[in-house]
Amino acid sequence: MNGAPVTHAYQALVVGAGGAGLWAALELARKGVKTAVLTKLYPSRSHTGAAQGGICAALGNHEEDHWEWHMFDTVKGGDYLVDQDAAEVLAKEAIETVIELEHMGLPFNRTPDGKIDQRRFGGHTRNYGEAPVRRSCFAADRTGHMILQTLYQQCIKHGVRFFDEYHVVDLLIEGGLTRGAVAYRIADGELHVFRSAAVLLATGGYGRVYRITSNAHALTGDGMALAYRRGVPLEDMEFFQFHPTGIVGLGILLSEAARGEGGYLRNADGERFMERYAPTLMELAPRDVISRSMYLEIRQGRGIDGGDFVHLDLTHLGREVIDRKLPDITEFVRVYQGIEPITEQVPVQPTAHYAMGGVPTDLHARVVVDERNTVLPGLFAAGECACVSVHGANRLGTNSLIDILVFGRRAGLEMARYVEGNELPDVPLTAHHRVEDELELLRTRRRGENPNVIRAELQSAMFDECGVFRTKKGLQHVARLIEHLKLRYCQARVEDGGKVFNTDLLDAWEVGYLLDCAEATVAGALARTESRGGHFREDYPERDDTNWLKHTLTYQAEGRPFLRSKPVTITRFQPKPRTY
Amino acid sequence: MQVDLRILRYDPERDKKPHWERYRVESGPMDRVLDLLHTVKWEQDGSLTFRRSCAHGVCGSDAMLINGRNRLACKIRVDQLGRKVSVAPLPGLPVVKDLVVDMEDFFAKYRSVEPFLINDSPAPPRERLQSQEDRERYDDTTKCILCAACTSSCPSFWAQKSYVGPAAIVNAHRFIFDSRDEGADERLEILADADGVWRCRTIFNCSDACPRGINITKAILEVSSAIVERRV
Ligand SMILES: Cc1cc2nc3c(=O)[nH]c(=O)nc-3n(C[C@H](O)[C@H](O)[C@H](O)COP(=O)(O)OP(=O)(O)OC[C@H]3O[C@@H](n4cnc5c(N)ncnc54)[C@H](O)[C@@H]3O)c2cc1C
Ligand code: SF4
Ligand code: FES
Repeated sequence: MNGAPVTHAYQALVVGAGGAGLWAALELARKGVKTAVLTKLYPSRSHTGAAQGGICAALGNHEEDHWEWHMFDTVKGGDYLVDQDAAEVLAKEAIETVIELEHMGLPFNRTPDGKIDQRRFGGHTRNYGEAPVRRSCFAADRTGHMILQTLYQQCIKHGVRFFDEYHVVDLLIEGGLTRGAVAYRIADGELHVFRSAAVLLATGGYGRVYRITSNAHALTGDGMALAYRRGVPLEDMEFFQFHPTGIVGLGILLSEAARGEGGYLRNADGERFMERYAPTLMELAPRDVISRSMYLEIRQGRGIDGGDFVHLDLTHLGREVIDRKLPDITEFVRVYQGIEPITEQVPVQPTAHYAMGGVPTDLHARVVVDERNTVLPGLFAAGECACVSVHGANRLGTNSLIDILVFGRRAGLEMARYVEGNELPDVPLTAHHRVEDELELLRTRRRGENPNVIRAELQSAMFDECGVFRTKKGLQHVARLIEHLKLRYCQARVEDGGKVFNTDLLDAWEVGYLLDCAEATVAGALARTESRGGHFREDYPERDDTNWLKHTLTYQAEGRPFLRSKPVTITRFQPKPRTY
Repeated sequence: MQVDLRILRYDPERDKKPHWERYRVESGPMDRVLDLLHTVKWEQDGSLTFRRSCAHGVCGSDAMLINGRNRLACKIRVDQLGRKVSVAPLPGLPVVKDLVVDMEDFFAKYRSVEPFLINDSPAPPRERLQSQEDRERYDDTTKCILCAACTSSCPSFWAQKSYVGPAAIVNAHRFIFDSRDEGADERLEILADADGVWRCRTIFNCSDACPRGINITKAILEVSSAIVERRV
């Protein structure tokens, strides 16, 4: 093979067209930087569009609210593993970001006096934990859809250049400098080399590493794995959030907005069991707390019909509230469960939802590669694939949408500054050879295992052993399994040998990303002998600030993970016990 | 239950023209057509090609012709269809491979109606105010996920491929009736074109096809009335 690839030159590349990538692209376009956005899905199909509940900002449209309260909630919600300088940026810039979204045309629900409507969401409180506060700005229960549409529309308005259905398969980093990326055009299987001084990873999460997840099929951790393979560490990957209310078996999300609007969780005895675990915030406690409480109920035999699920009860909310504020999720319940939520209780179980960890960055979305925050010139990351870290050990609801936009914008601005002073780097003619060879091998191997089997085994083991509850024994077992699956993956075979729209090949290719992300997740989970936020070790059930108030950095060397750590930035809020 | 699944297959690297293939697939009680397609792809024939991502009806990737109607594969349950299921690509759009159609023209038409807020007045320091009634006015058309089920079900579009199509009109409607927008005249101008709203023959296929339940025909009629009102 190894023919000459098609080559392009752009000052800046944005990989991914979800909220993070689109806002970055918009800033670059406004600054006149020649930019290409590469996305394996049409932009309007990015998973930001699936976000339901809302985006938070201390607007105070209904009641008193302050960015300091928001910052505190974020830090406490993240079990004090949050970098507080980043949380401060988030909470402050959230306000102008939401206002700008409105100016761009986002159709928020409105208060009676025409302002942006706000509702309650888990872990967001008034006056440092007193009671829930209305901080989540929303557009019915399709806030993410509206954000994605609005930003895509603005990009169209500003003439952003999109390469739709281009799957980025490699990053070009050579001699300590970022030089571009290699993309596979899905339509015809051709490789394209993009030379560029600045590359932004905005590829979203990797929920598909778990059997039951709220994440789209496309969320396979591409950006994280690509960086990891090129020597960049991944930060805090052991922290993965399980959202309490997934549709049983499928994992489709029923937004926390259902509880923000007043929904209850009930066990087999009809009891609101959160009374026992979080007496102040009840159903609006953070997600890690609720998911664990649900499993404890289930273990004590109080799951519905003895099964591994509980009930979400919306029946007391009334048709009016349900139709106006929760139309989409109630439709999901009707379509995917055959249940009428206005009159019937809805069976729910925790679903793998959100990666707190990711590619480490500084406050300007620049990728940093060690405990001293050394910048890798030209590489940027924002959105769910990045870890800045505003979510620490557990993310609060509505804090991701604001994270992807605040830091997506910062990425765009910083990239514009960076390309000003930097020439387009050289790219050797052979730059794409390595990935081309790997892809060709996978496409043309005649005999071998079905990669779908490898993926299914990985997803089950991750869900069972590296989910809400973890133990040393279980984690060691998955770690060994992953090593083994990686060997088997080297011999996997796809059936479709064609060049045109070969999803068989790309699905298999994505299994490779999942294996890398899983490896880093499990390595961090095994090492961290404490429980904090989304990471709960049954053999170490307490938080251990003496030894573990630090971030994990996982590197890959010779195909194996090894760990380092870096300190947490603490400014305003000293770690305290976390009760709700 | 056992389902008799027929899929219209076409691989441009191998086939001269599309042909039907049959598969026997076991379907669970709440399975959707997307689950059947995955079963075939993962267990029987890896080369079966279709788009999908979110798997719950919000990303617009997997609109296709299912038992003769445009549906999202991830949103239609097998028990709503019975034991015989047929799946073909969206009609009227060029087929790339199997169930994948070429969407470039569809998105170009979307872009042609200026689907973005136009408002050149200086923005206030806080949000622009909008009453709940004004917000409600265009609510329905904000739901569009650009799946192309409507446009590709429209006989007027089949007959005249230059017709901008229902999806683009829906997205123009979303801004024309937004009290914050100032670009209605430009958009109405575009849609008053020979390939604009007048091609609609109120056949209602689009509204029936829309997985988001948007009343598309009503939106088109509102846009055409707005054009007429502006002329007088
Ligand atoms: C069901 C659901 C509901 C949620 N609700 C909320 C909520 O109410 N509030 C909140 O704050 N958060 C919510 N979240 C979380 C939040 O939506 C996500 O974390 C966020 O949208 C991620 O945005 P992103 O821009 O990082 O990535 P995404 O929107 O996932 O976009 C990723 C992009 O990267 C592209 N891409 C990926 N890999 C490649 C590759 N190899 N080559 C080229 N392109 C690639 C994709 O095409 C896509 O365009 C929710 C999440 C889910 C799953
Ligand atoms: S209007 Fe409905 S059918 Fe048409 S593209 Fe939008 S969501 Fe799909
Ligand atoms: S897969 Fe997203 S709409 Fe069906």
